[in-house]
Amino acid sequence: MKKILFIEDEPSLQKTLGDILRENGYEVINALNGEIGLRLAQSEKPDIILLDIILPKMNGLEVLEILKNNEETKNIPVIVLTNLESMEDINKAIELGAVAYLVKAEYSMEEVIDKIEKALNSY
Amino acid sequence: MSFGDNPNTRNINSFNIIAHCRQYGLPIWQCPQFLFVIMGFIIIATALSLYLIGMHYFIDPEIVLFIVLSVTGILFVVAYVITTGFERLAEISKMKSDFIDIVSHQMRSPLTSIKWGFEFLSSKNAKISRQKKEEYFENIKENIARMIELVDDLLIVSKIEQGKFPISSRMISPKKIIEKLISRFKVFADAADIKVFFSCSKDAEIEIFTDPSLLKLVIENLIDNALHYTNGGGKVEISLQVKNKKLLFKIKDSGIGIPASEKRYIFQKFFRAKNALRKVTRGNGLGLYLCKTIIEKLGGKIWFESEENKGTTFYFTLPIKQ
Repeated sequence: MKKILFIEDEPSLQKTLGDILRENGYEVINALNGEIGLRLAQSEKPDIILLDIILPKMNGLEVLEILKNNEETKNIPVIVLTNLESMEDINKAIELGAVAYLVKAEYSMEEVIDKIEKALNSY
Repeated sequence: MSFGDNPNTRNINSFNIIAHCRQYGLPIWQCPQFLFVIMGFIIIATALSLYLIGMHYFIDPEIVLFIVLSVTGILFVVAYVITTGFERLAEISKMKSDFIDIVSHQMRSPLTSIKWGFEFLSSKNAKISRQKKEEYFENIKENIARMIELVDDLLIVSKIEQGKFPISSRMISPKKIIEKLISRFKVFADAADIKVFFSCSKDAEIEIFTDPSLLKLVIENLIDNALHYTNGGGKVEISLQVKNKKLLFKIKDSGIGIPASEKRYIFQKFFRAKNALRKVTRGNGLGLYLCKTIIEKLGGKIWFESEENKGTTFYFTLPIKQ
């Protein structure tokens, strides 16, 4: 069973997407902020990370930079899942090594799951 | 763009023209500071030309110098006024653009929760128990309420910024407004195990001439913040007194406090302190901006004292017009 680490501070989004991902046969680990997310990325070794940008304590782009600079986590594919859509954020995320940048409001859950599956198969 | 980061502070004494232009998102040839420098060179060249021409046609060099210096001075003042105006327009345009970015993000978060919630509920494959359905519907209701609150706050902010903020004053009792609000928040406070105390000095049991809806909005925001940022077992103390011929409202909580590095941003639109984000990420960051704007429009002053992990005390005064 593939393992997904979902770093998202909105409990309702964690619950909704988490439930559907579990229904689709994934194991989902939730982290409500970047610090917890970084710890879980090292300890749980997920197959993929879904990462929000607006997070308490440190923003998602800082988390992404740390993930990619850490030997243990640098090869885990990261999909940025956020509602920010400035070109600056998108470019920064791709530059830091995110495999995709999805604006939550523009995607259905099925489309998000499709992107996750494609990323899991490619990386 | 990231919330919780300190906003850019513009140093008006800096001569870093490129940095200023980047801040406005303008090409350098449209940037007010760059235009001011170019106008400066043109004015200097004009002044020199005027001097040379004047020396050629006039006998008295002092008269020529006086005319040149006067014209130069006037041109510099006019150039300064014009470029300051352009700078203000560029600032406003950037603020509007930032505002729209922030607002659209704030609206999208609850909208995504609602959208995905309905997708889950209407999913043919998902096994959804009755309890889960109720949880999802409850969640959707909460997010709709969040959006309505944000829209209401934004409408008030918009009216304030357009200067169309009607104040409808009459004689009202601040003490009664506070008592009603405390009664309204009692259920939440009890559930959160937070004790709320209110004391009113005898001389503050008066009616004053002010706008009751706006005053209610301010006190409601301050009580709401105090309760939400105080942990269970804590307390909120509210008092009303007369000091220096003004009505002084004070609300003290034993909550998370405000970090020293962020105190100066606390009344800014959409600012939320990092430790507040840690506790409650859902606030829209408009409450204290609205409180400050309203109190100042009502002729008062608002300020606070705070120590991280110890608590915060907000104060505001209102004139006693009777």
